This record gives sequence, C-alpha cells and structure tokens, in this order.
Amino acid sequence: MGSLAAEGAPLSFADWLGLGAHLLVLSLLAVGGAIAVAPDMHRYIVVQQGWLSDPQFAASIALAQAAPGPNVLFVALLGFNVGWHGGGALPALLGLAIAMGAMLLPSSLLTLAITRWLHRHREDRAVRAFKQGMAPVVIGLLLATAWILVGSQRGLHGLAPLATLSVAVALLFWRTRLHLLWMLGAGALLGALGLV
Amino acid sequence: MNAAAAPPQPAPGSPRHLFWACSAIALQGFGGVLAVVQRELVDRRSWLTREQFVEDWAVAQTLPGPNVVNLALMLGDRHFGWRGAVAAVAGLLLFPLVLLLALALGFEGLAEVPAAQGALRGMAAVAAGLVAGTALKLVVALRGNVLGPVACALAMAVTFGAVALLRLPLAAALPLVALPACLWAAWRLKGRR
Repeated sequence: MGSLAAEGAPLSFADWLGLGAHLLVLSLLAVGGAIAVAPDMHRYIVVQQGWLSDPQFAASIALAQAAPGPNVLFVALLGFNVGWHGGGALPALLGLAIAMGAMLLPSSLLTLAITRWLHRHREDRAVRAFKQGMAPVVIGLLLATAWILVGSQRGLHGLAPLATLSVAVALLFWRTRLHLLWMLGAGALLGALGLV
Repeated sequence: MNAAAAPPQPAPGSPRHLFWACSAIALQGFGGVLAVVQRELVDRRSWLTREQFVEDWAVAQTLPGPNVVNLALMLGDRHFGWRGAVAAVAGLLLFPLVLLLALALGFEGLAEVPAAQGALRGMAAVAAGLVAGTALKLVVALRGNVLGPVACALAMAVTFGAVALLRLPLAAALPLVALPACLWAAWRLKGRR
C-alpha cells in the first residue's frame, strides 16, 4: 500500500509505547469481537496521530476481512502498516508485534482466568444459570450479526441478489454438509461475473 | 453437561494436533471463522457437542477479546493447559497472518479491479449466510435448555430485535436480555441438580 503513503515520520519510542498502551486498554473493552474496537482505533491512528490516511485504514480492514482467518488480524495489519509508513520493514514487524501482543494479551489472560474459575465452579447454580441463560441470547446475537452483515452490502443490482445468495448459503450450511470452500468459491464467481 | 455413561468423547491428541486443526480451520475461514469452527469441531471431529459449543461460545462472546480466539483458548486450556491454549491460538493466527501480509504487500492494485471487487462482494454475502446458518444449527442445542422453549424463543427474538432492528450497542442490549434470562434460568434451576 505504498502508493497511498502518508509520508509518515519515523515513529519514536514514545509513539510505540502509546500505541501499545492504547491497545492494552482496548483489549479489555473489546466485548463482542475485535471489530468492535475499529472505530476507536480509527480515532486514535487516523484522526489523532495521523499515522495512516483514511483510505489506508479502510483498506487494511477490508483486506483482513476478505482474507482467511479471524477478523482480529486487522489489528496486526494496522500495526504493520503504521510501522511500514513510518520507516520500512523492521518497524513494520515491530508494529505488528506490538499491536497484536497488546490487543491479545490482556483479554486472553482474563479469558483463561475466568474460564478456569468457571470450570472449577461448574456445578454452582449461578454458573449453570449463566451458561443456560446466555445460550439463546448469543444465538439471537448471531442472527442479528448475519442480518446486519447482509443489510450493509451494496450490490451491482441492489440488495436482493446478494441477500438471496446469503439465504441460500444459510440453508445449505444448515441442512447439508457441502464444503464451505465450494460456497465461498461460488460466491466469488457470481461476484466476479457481475451477477450479484 | 456431564456425560457419565456415554462413550468417551473424541479429543485432540496433543498440542501439536490442536495447532494443525486450528490452522486448518483458520485457513478456511473467509470473512469469519465461526462457521468453520462449528463444522470442524462439532460436526466433523466431535471434540465438542452442540450444547458444549453453545455454552463455550456464550462465555467466549461475553468476555472481552476476539470471540474465536477466546474459544480456542478455552478449548486448548481444557485439554493441555496453557500449552494447549498457546498452540490453539497460534494455529488460528500464524498462517492467516503470513498470508495476509503477503496479500497486503503483493497485491496492492488488485482491490481496484472490478472483478476482484465483485468476488469480494460475493464472498461477503456467503460469509453473512454462513453466520446465519451457524445460528440455525445451534438452535437445536436449546432443546434441553432449562429456560424452556417459550423463554428461549423470547430471549432470542428480543436480542435479535434489540441488536438488528433497534441497533442498540452490545453493551446496552446484552444486560437488557441476558440479565432476565440468567435470573430466570437460576430460578428454574432451584432445587435441580
């Protein structure tokens, strides 16, 4: 993404420290997935510090969403790009390590501590009530996520063809064992041919 | 969920086994990994039952941090302690990260090609459908839920309405539905083992 380079100055030690500290805090606020912190990262990296431009930030998120793997990798790519525009390959790898480490460490340690505690107290009524009570809530949340993802799309021929594709995939995944890569390949093909 | 009399549940053999299983899952997960996790861990390998998956997912999603990473941490830690947790998360992140950097550096101009944009659009629609399909599959896991079918349907519908239709932020929507649901579950569990 060099063509859009924001002529960033090399980042100082204090800059890296600031980025790391910012992400350490965001990590513990990231309820609902990593993408939930994207607006705040935009505010910090683009608006406040000016390390990346708006298109660079948007491209990082779009690429990480399209590539395979957990969505949280967009944080790694942002750290990489901040370093890349601020000096080259070595700062880029440093940025990647700082961003990913700071994003994952606090939430992971908390998750490990809490799940171990939950496991020790798995027969307690409060723990069982929490897991049983949350089950329909998180399934409703998944349906809501799918609804929002489908509705936020912009197709060549409006929303209907894309929404139809989504519904067909949902039914196929639910009722058949068709491999996911076939469905993704079909979606990519339909899109590349300009049919959706 | 204790399975006292049931045959032993399949499980990963080693942290290394877990690492490769998670790598395979992550590399299939375009636009989100959850559908692949459910298909691989529940349907194919049976390392988790549907009920266990929903319970673990409830915890993973409620805690801060990337949901799928949290789920991998829980799975790895349960089988091999912190070594398993590290192996599972490393598997989930390592190869996709390398691939992502290669894409970022190698295909700068690709995003402007209309066919590539179209392909991404189609894949995003598929990814959205996969999330919905995963939810549909998990509904079955509510069959034995202590809330009962009516309260389950109500909790699901209110969550959906609050988040998808009213667009309430998660921090507002979760307590609104989760608190009554958990309290109702606690009341129903009273005196039951």
